[in-house]
Amino acid sequence: MRWMIGWATVAMMLCIAGCKKQVRESSQIVVGEYGSLSGSNAVFGQGTHNGIMLAVDEVNAGGGLLGKPVQLVTEDDEGNQDEAVSVVKKLIDRDNVVAVLGEVASTRSLAGGGVCEQEGVPMISPSSTNPDVTKGRKYVFRVCFTDDFQGAVGAKFAIRKNWKRIAVLTSSNSDYSKKLSQFFKDTFTALGGQIVAEETYSDGDKEFKAQLTRIQSRNPDAVYLPGYYTEIDLILRQARDLGFNVPFFGGDGWDGVELDSHSEGSYFTNHYSPEDTRPSVQAFIAAYKAKYDGAVPDAFGITGYDAARVLFDAIKRAGSMNRDAIRDAIAQTKDFPGAGGNITIDENHNAKKPIVILEITGGKTHLADTIQPD
Amino acid sequence: MHDFLQQLINGLSIGAVYALIALGYTMVYGVLRLINFAHGDVYMVGAVIAYELAKRMYATQSPLWISMPILFAGAIAGCGALGFAIEFLCYRPLRHRPRLVALITAIGVSLLLENLFQNRLVFGATPRNLPELLTITPTLKLWVGSSAEPVIVTNLDLISFGLCIAMMAGLTWFVLRTRMGLALRAVSFRVDTASLMGINTNRVISMTFVLGSALAAVAGVVNALRYQQVDPLMGLIPGIKAFVAAVLGGIGSIPGALLGGLLMGLVETLLKGYLPAHYNSYSDAAAFVVLILILLVRPSGLLGKPSLEKV
Repeated sequence: MRWMIGWATVAMMLCIAGCKKQVRESSQIVVGEYGSLSGSNAVFGQGTHNGIMLAVDEVNAGGGLLGKPVQLVTEDDEGNQDEAVSVVKKLIDRDNVVAVLGEVASTRSLAGGGVCEQEGVPMISPSSTNPDVTKGRKYVFRVCFTDDFQGAVGAKFAIRKNWKRIAVLTSSNSDYSKKLSQFFKDTFTALGGQIVAEETYSDGDKEFKAQLTRIQSRNPDAVYLPGYYTEIDLILRQARDLGFNVPFFGGDGWDGVELDSHSEGSYFTNHYSPEDTRPSVQAFIAAYKAKYDGAVPDAFGITGYDAARVLFDAIKRAGSMNRDAIRDAIAQTKDFPGAGGNITIDENHNAKKPIVILEITGGKTHLADTIQPD
Repeated sequence: MHDFLQQLINGLSIGAVYALIALGYTMVYGVLRLINFAHGDVYMVGAVIAYELAKRMYATQSPLWISMPILFAGAIAGCGALGFAIEFLCYRPLRHRPRLVALITAIGVSLLLENLFQNRLVFGATPRNLPELLTITPTLKLWVGSSAEPVIVTNLDLISFGLCIAMMAGLTWFVLRTRMGLALRAVSFRVDTASLMGINTNRVISMTFVLGSALAAVAGVVNALRYQQVDPLMGLIPGIKAFVAAVLGGIGSIPGALLGGLLMGLVETLLKGYLPAHYNSYSDAAAFVVLILILLVRPSGLLGKPSLEKV
């Protein structure tokens, strides 16, 4: 008998909690966010979340949207693809969000984007660069450049550095890494460079010495490493342990790498540099620092901030909380003054933005070059 | 030639870690006939303790001769206590139940530890970077043949290899030459007869778990120093590979665990080193292919004694 009373109480409490939620939501604009707030890509999720929160605070301080405050519901996918699918479903079913912001890693944006596409919920990825994320999808957008541009910039940079023999080390279970490495190789060989070794690993691996020994024996001038920072930390450390000291370079997945003696002399292409002197960037950095105790934002901060602001602008222009109206408004975004540059969503749902090349020297990243899109 | 030698070193140094974990598997199996699937997670706890201690050691700028013993002692003490608790709370109440019950409980304990440590209040799912307490340096440089690059053996390779041999030797001595070891062998031979002979079997079994967990702790610290990265799921794959290593060497055999561990490391590294690059990611599967082959060809493992079915 006693256990029945116990269960009845639990059921009642759940019911009350559920009902309360329903009432609260209608008076607000509920936006969902999914990201890797924990797990092996936590830097991505946390940086993005900070940027999005900054945009939410700003819009609410200015009176919200359509006369209602914006409420952000954030779900942690722990850097796991399956978890990304289930949290996006949760955001849509449980929280009834008008739109979704996320993810950084292309593999998870592809997974979460699939759900949004099916449910007809607009999604904006702040910084997934794999072209397939938005390809053929009606409801999925991004506010950053894509890997065909990023890979080409990396290849041209290598040519300019006079690195003729390049080894490529790709993660075979990351959609980001595979695509970026493909685009890099295509441009690099077209420009007359030579790929002397192609090795693979898997995200989550810890031991890379076998591949590194193999790459070392081909005497490359440099190694292209399109991966994420958690593995890159280990790869750089193990390369140096093996006495393999050529420069390593890669893409925006490097943001979050330890800036120490192992990564010294490396380069990577990214969405933004804190040394960028444009007023919009500096204004963003100042606002971010004010909110987060002087912390310097990373690239995910600024892309998250811009993704949220593009969404808010679209909701304002749509003038309603209707998901299809919001989708159309996002698609029509033109010359939106983002912190990282003007954003125009093209017919493939991508934004064209400049790429920065960062060099790691003296335990810091420095702006080596800025490349404008064609 | 340079490459091959370097790959051998790479393989042996990762194999040493597998061997250290495999020793613990083999200890527990030898006595209880239980595959302690939580063993890989005890190893993870060892690495987490090492991380917490290393952070403090680094902050206080302790010299290596103080920080290293504290790191190892702390992890061994913590994991030993954990091993004792796991046995006392989870396996002891099931001692006289069918073996399958304990096996499934072991899987449960493993999942419990993994998820507990993923909780933000305990550790969190985010990998943490260890401060660089021990700088990895090339201790030995061997120039072979015409290669311009030397074959490099780092200080950590030597430490993990040395620890591995020392642990195996110590364990063999303990089992064969001490009274406690005698009791342990008696319990492993037949629990109820041993207890009739006046052996406190519960104490022997507890001690086996403490010892096995201490070995896992050593492996955890070595690994934390090696990769300088600790996360709650780090025990999963090495745990499975070490299990395969223990079976390969002959589960229950102490030298077998060492041999199996080193072989696993070598197989994995040489496959990665010599298969076409495209197949690199299949090298993890090699562990399981090896397991299947052993079970088919030599179920008792390389150094294991074929067991006679008692009728």
